[in-house]
This record gives sequence, structure tokens and C-alpha cells, in this order.
Amino acid sequence: MIGIVDYGVGNLFSLESSFAALGFETAVSGDPEVLRRCGHIVLPGVGAFRDAADKLRRTGLDAYIKEEAAAGKPLLGICLGMQLLFEKSYEYGEWEGLGLIPGAVRPIADVIPAGLKIPHIGWNGLDFPAERERCPLFKELSPGDAVYFVHSYYAADCAPYVTATAEYGADLTAAAARDNVMGTQFHPEKSGDVGLSILKAFCTL
Amino acid sequence: MISKRIIPCLDVRDGRVVKGVRFEGFADVSSPVELAKYYSGAGADELVFYDITASAEGRGLFTEILRETARNVFIPLTVGGGINTVADFDRVLKCGADKVSVNSGAIRDPSLIGEAAKRYGDQCVVLSVDIRRVGDAWHVHAKGGRVDTGLDAIEWIRRGVASGAGELVINSMDTDGVREGFDLPLLKAVCEVADVPVIASGGAGNMQHFTELFRAVPGVDAGLAASIFHFGEVDIRELKEKLHADGIPVRRR
Repeated sequence: MIGIVDYGVGNLFSLESSFAALGFETAVSGDPEVLRRCGHIVLPGVGAFRDAADKLRRTGLDAYIKEEAAAGKPLLGICLGMQLLFEKSYEYGEWEGLGLIPGAVRPIADVIPAGLKIPHIGWNGLDFPAERERCPLFKELSPGDAVYFVHSYYAADCAPYVTATAEYGADLTAAAARDNVMGTQFHPEKSGDVGLSILKAFCTL
Repeated sequence: MISKRIIPCLDVRDGRVVKGVRFEGFADVSSPVELAKYYSGAGADELVFYDITASAEGRGLFTEILRETARNVFIPLTVGGGINTVADFDRVLKCGADKVSVNSGAIRDPSLIGEAAKRYGDQCVVLSVDIRRVGDAWHVHAKGGRVDTGLDAIEWIRRGVASGAGELVINSMDTDGVREGFDLPLLKAVCEVADVPVIASGGAGNMQHFTELFRAVPGVDAGLAASIFHFGEVDIRELKEKLHADGIPVRRR
């Protein structure tokens, strides 16, 4: 069973549907008791970092997620859910994240040349850092395989944990991982067959 | 490098694709769900569903179809047609739409763009504009293009983006249906004022028109078309191979 953390942020229909299409059952819940029974946990999210981080804290789900991460359960953050895994974000202020992966979330405007559109929306190819072993999520992929992005902020100061990048005027963090805690800035549930292969790899970890 | 997107558009009335679809080996050519699956498999980067239903009954059918599509197709889905209130955004987003396109609804009530952007984020709000050249200017047209609002299109687009529209669909009524290529002068003028993604619509008649579009107007992010894809005149996979050969970045897997 794949647990999808429901904390009132974003639309989970496509995510649920993509796991269903792969033949995996899901439990969409904000109840740690229900999620604890799942073998894998997905942290989704769209919208603003501060709101999402507040909601996790208010519901006590932040403590639950940290507990599962420490216990070694496979955890996948998607989009804003990935950004929440880091120590902090500088989206309209400075906000504390879950701190499961060292690094900070910063505006892409800081690193890309003027004239490129923000948000970074659309399909972009992935590159994998040559200096380390390929993250198991991407075992079926080839460099250049495209996935779907929608974001204005990116994970920075996390070079040792970057598992994939996408070139958009600069090499932006497309995915990061620290042991069992993984995140994708892009939306695998909207990235066609390539995206489904990533979700499938996660489910079979 | 970010890819240029190819987007088929499906007009849906009472739960069926209109304008007809002519495909070999297709069991149900007017099923939006089957057609969406086909396009997704053929390499479409995104789909636009346009609801042209007038009745409440048909509208219910449309959301059901949307749900069924989102269950089976895992590429971004934009929905337009009959979007007049924030409640309409809510209705289609719950059924699996990723982006919502507003047209006449935003002309009637321009605050809709800002309200929806505040609630769902800019990336969710697509401003679709039907434009026709009138003298030296371009005018926004409403009600499926039947009514000249007198609004200057470039000014309307500037306002829409400032209010929170995260993407633009530019439908040229001058080139639509003519099949002699996209409206390059209009698209250039739009790209000069818009710092959000621009989707070009109206005028595609063959594969070369897409190459011309992306070469002549580098600010355009996507090309949208309906009948040339539905009639099988342009195959999306072949189109992408051609664009790749022409040096235009596209997603090929």
C-alpha cells in the first residue's frame, strides 16, 4: 500500500490515478495511524511553501514524516513536497522545512539569466550527476528523458544529494535524495511513461 | 533544455468529440477518453479539452469524461469552455485538470483571473484570447469569436498577465481554418509583452508550419491544433521527428 499524505494541499486525483494505473493500491490520508500501515509514503504539494509547512506542523504530520524517515521507510516528496524535505525556504521570507535533506529552497530567478520565463513550465530533459551512482528511481531512464516541471523555486546548497538536474539557463535541481528520503521537483504523475516508470521504481524499493 | 510543446485540442459537446475524427483502426473515434489516450501514446505533450456544451446535463457528462481521462492519461490536461467563476475552476480541477483556461468569462469579469490565481496559483490560470485584426489593431473577440469587444488585444494580454494569468493561448481568427500557417505577426507582438508561456493556435496546415512558428517566434512555447491531428493529416510522432531534425527541441520519448 502506498500512503499519500493528505494535508489539504493540492489535488491528489492524478497521483492516485497513476499509482492505480501501475497496479498499486493507495491510501490517501492525513491520519498517521493509516499512513503507518503503508510501506511507502508520498508527500505531494502545490502552492506556497509557508502555507504547506504550517499545515504539516498544525496537523502534527511533520513529526510523523520525520519518524518514518528515521525508520527507513521509502519517502517521496513531489514538487512542493520535495521542497519541504529541505531545511528551509526563502519563498517570500525565510521558512523552516522538515530538514530531512540538507539544503535550502531559493528562487530560480537568482540563478537563471534574465529573459527566461518564470515559472519554469514544461517538459525538460534530465541529466544525472556522473560522480555518483544512479538513483534507483531513475534506473529505467536515459539521460535526456523529459519530465514535466512547474516551479519558480529550486533546491540549492544541496550538491551532495542531487540525483538529477535539468538545464534551464542553469543546472537546476530536478531530484534529490538522502538514503530513503527522495524528492522530485518535477511531476512524475504528469510525465507520461517516463514518469510512471519513476513511480513504479519507487513502489518497488 | 526546455522542449517546445505540441498540443492537440479536443472540442467536446455532450460527451463526444466534435468536428469528427478520422482514424484508421480506431474503435470509437468520438470518445474523448480514447482519443486522449491515443494522443498521449503518440507523444502529445499536453491536451486541451474544450467544453462547448450548453446544457447542465452535458456539463455533468463533461466532468465525468474529464475524470475518466485523468484516470488514464498522465500528461498535463488543460480545460476550457464555460469557465465563469472560481467555482468552475474548482469543479474541473477536482476532476483532474491541471490548468484551467478562461476566455469570455474573464472578459465579463476580469477579476476572475486574479481571484483564481490567488487561490490556485498563476501556473493554473490560462488566459485564452480570440483575436482578429481590425484596421491597424488587434481586437479581442468574445462568445467564440462572434462579438468584437473593441478591446485592444495586446493591452488585454498585458492586463491579464499582470493579474496572474500564468500562460496564454493566442487564437488568431484571421489564420484559423485557413491552414496557411500560424499568425506570426500577432504572436511576435504578444511575445514582446508577455513574460509567461505562449501557446500559438490557429492556422496550422502542415508540419512545416510548426517549424516556421518556432523559428520565427522564439518566444512561443507551444503549438496547438485540432483538425490536422484529428484527421490524421499530421502525425504527432512524425511532426516531432521533423522538428528535431530542424533543430527545434522537442520531447521524443
